[in-house]
Amino acid sequence: MHEMSLAEGVLRLLDEQAAAQRFERVLTIWLEIGELSTVDPESLRFCLEAIKKDTLAAGAKLEIIRTPGQAFCMDCGKPVRVAQRYDSCPECGGGSLQVTGGEEMRVKELEVE
Amino acid sequence: MCAVCGCGGDDKPRDLHFGQGAAGAHLPGLSQARMVKIERDILGHNDALAAENRKRFAEQGVLVLNLVSSPGSGKTTLLCRTAADLQLRYPVAVVEGDQQTSFDADRIRATGVPAVQVNTGKGCHLDALMIGRAVEQLGLADESVLFVENVGNLVCPAGFDLGEAAKVVILSVTEGEDKPLKYPDMFAAAELMILNKIDLLPYLSFDVERSVGFARQVNPGIDLLNVSATTGQGLDGWYDWIEQRRRQVVAARPRPAGAEGR
Ligand SMILES: Nc1nc2c(ncn2[C@@H]2O[C@H](COP(=O)(O)OP(=O)(O)OP(=O)(O)O)[C@@H](O)[C@H]2O)c(=O)[nH]1
Ligand SMILES: [Mg+2]
Ligand SMILES: [Zn+2]
Ligand SMILES: [Zn+2]
Repeated sequence: MHEMSLAEGVLRLLDEQAAAQRFERVLTIWLEIGELSTVDPESLRFCLEAIKKDTLAAGAKLEIIRTPGQAFCMDCGKPVRVAQRYDSCPECGGGSLQVTGGEEMRVKELEVE
Repeated sequence: MCAVCGCGGDDKPRDLHFGQGAAGAHLPGLSQARMVKIERDILGHNDALAAENRKRFAEQGVLVLNLVSSPGSGKTTLLCRTAADLQLRYPVAVVEGDQQTSFDADRIRATGVPAVQVNTGKGCHLDALMIGRAVEQLGLADESVLFVENVGNLVCPAGFDLGEAAKVVILSVTEGEDKPLKYPDMFAAAELMILNKIDLLPYLSFDVERSVGFARQVNPGIDLLNVSATTGQGLDGWYDWIEQRRRQVVAARPRPAGAEGR
C-alpha cells in the first residue's frame, strides 16, 4: 500500500542519516506533509507504528506538520490558499489555479541520540 | 487491495510545538539528545531512481508513457491495439504492472510486441526500481516507444515517478463522470485523459461534457481524447498524440559522440 511504501521510505532515510550524522536512536520525527500531497497523514502514522519496531526509531514520537495548500491564480494573478486541488480561486472565482505549495512529503527534522 | 489508501482518515491539524516542545523539554546535560535537520523528500529514493531511468530514456530517445486508471478501464485492450498498430511504424515495448498474474503481458505478447509482466504482490503501484529492472529485461530499442501499464488504481501511482515522459489517465464511460474530482491527484498528474469505451455511450447516461469540465477543473492544461479501444474509434488522435511526443523526445536526444558534422 502507498502509505506503507512511504513509511518504509522514512525508515530508509533514518538509516542513511544515522550513518551520516552518527546517531543511534531517534526520539522524535518531524514530518512535513502538505495538505495537497498524496498521503493521508493518519494512515502514514499507522504504517510507521506498525513497522518501526526493532528499528532505530522503535521508540520515536511522530510529529506531523501540515503545510498549507497554496496556488497561483492564472486569472487574477494572485497567490491564494486552497484546501483542495480543484478549488476555484477564493479571490476571483476563477478556475485556473496552479498549485505552488502544499505538496511536500518530507522528513524535516529529527531529535536523536 | 489497499486497505489504507483512498480512505478518508482523520487529518485534522494537530497541535504542534515545533522547535520548542519536545526539544525544549530536554534539559541540556541530562541527555545526549540533539536535533538534526534532514529536509529530505520521503520519496527521494524513488525519485533518484526515476531520474536515472529518465536519463537513460533520454539518451536512447525512447518515449515512455505511464498509463494509469482504475481496474478495468481498458488499458490492456487499448495497449494491445495500439502496440499492434504502432509496431509497424517504430519499435514498441510494454511493461505490464499487476498485483498478480501474467494475463496482461500474455495478451500483449500475443500481438507480437515484447512485454514484461511486473507483479507487485501486495503493492498497489509500480515504482522506479521495478521499471529499471523491467527495462533491463526488455532491452530497449533506440527511438522506440515504451508503454507502462500501471496497476489499476487511481490513488498511489500518482505519487510514484517512474521516469516517464508523461502519465496518461484512462477513464472509461462506465465509471461515472466524477472520477477527476474524486481522485484529483491522478488527474492533476496526467498530461492526457483518454475517455475510453465511448461505443457504450448510447447505453449509459454518462455526460461527456461534465467529465471534461471536472478534468479541466483539476488540471486546466490536460489534453483530452475520446476513444473506443474495441471499435477503434478515435485511435488516430491517440496515435497522433504519441507521434508528436515521440518526435520531441527523438529531437531532444543527445547526438552520439562522433556524429557531429555528419
Ligand atoms: N465496450 C467496450 N469495452 C471495452 C473497451 N475497452 C475495454 N473494454 C472491455 O473492458 C474490460 C476490461 O478491459 P482491460 O483492457 O482488461 O482493462 P484494464 O484496464 O487493462 O484492466 P486491469 O489491468 O485489470 O486494470 C474487458 O472486458 C474489455 O473487453 C471499449 O472501448 N469498449
Ligand atoms: Mg490490464
Ligand atoms: Zn495504495
Ligand atoms: Zn483569482
